[in-house]
Amino acid sequence: MVFSMSTTAITNDEQDLIRRLQAGDQAAYAEMVERYAGRIYNLALRLMGDEAAAEDVLQETFLSAFRAIDRFEGRSQLGTWLYRIANNTALMQLRKKEPATFSLDSPLETEEGDEIPRQFFDFCCLPERDLLSDEARAEMRAAIDALPESLRVVFVLRDIEGLSTRETADALGLSVPAVKTRLMRARLALRERLSAYFARSAISSETGEPITPTT
Amino acid sequence: MTEHTQHDHDRSECRRLLSSLSDYVDGELDDALCRAIEAHMAECENCRIVVNTLTRTIELYHTAPAPDLPQDVRVRLYKTLKLEDFIASEPPDATEG
Repeated sequence: MVFSMSTTAITNDEQDLIRRLQAGDQAAYAEMVERYAGRIYNLALRLMGDEAAAEDVLQETFLSAFRAIDRFEGRSQLGTWLYRIANNTALMQLRKKEPATFSLDSPLETEEGDEIPRQFFDFCCLPERDLLSDEARAEMRAAIDALPESLRVVFVLRDIEGLSTRETADALGLSVPAVKTRLMRARLALRERLSAYFARSAISSETGEPITPTT
Repeated sequence: MTEHTQHDHDRSECRRLLSSLSDYVDGELDDALCRAIEAHMAECENCRIVVNTLTRTIELYHTAPAPDLPQDVRVRLYKTLKLEDFIASEPPDATEG
């Protein structure tokens, strides 16, 4: 089940947690980790693509958050702030890993019209067992991993973690229109790939031939 | 969008509406543009399919179960943060992850 943080207002409960964090209460530190570690790890896993690197991002995110908690002004939710730290940490590690090829802007350098739909297989009415099969789940993961990083992080925060467009923009330091543009491109790219997959899957189940993998 | 099978009409209309589909499925478009999209979809099977499959794609990702934080990763995190004393005997509720 997806836990949504789409409510912008900071609750009394969260205000109390922030107050205790800023007072140096160790139990409050543990409470913050308990609340957010799972979601930060999942984001890191999506961004980094491997478990060891995701774990590094997870640890560094909380170490950075602990160091900076005194400066947290509560203008965003605690979770949104942590997502921002995690995203920045992941970007720094990706730049270190692939300094020559990694560019924040590269995903947007697509040819005009790249997002124009070309797959028109209507998979909406396929049986749930096909839509939710292990193989379909693996294809969904591969599709998301294949997205350029700057589109992937927007999709993960907005459509998987359930942040609002405004919160996603705050977490990533982007404008709302930039989030909307990247979200649209991510969604259309995923739709395109899943449509192609489910079309092959439907043909395969009719003919008994194995599904041709996506190249 | 491309290769219309039911009828031939101005594809530039499909391309013009494409940039609004994401806001449309989020319910964030003004009424006039919603009506324009719905009128177009009534006549354009491909655009109807794109909207339906776009919505379904988002649903599939949104409802997919999130993996739990592995227990060994969790234990190492608490140690790194010097919070070993606070490691709960049970991992956090998976529904919140």
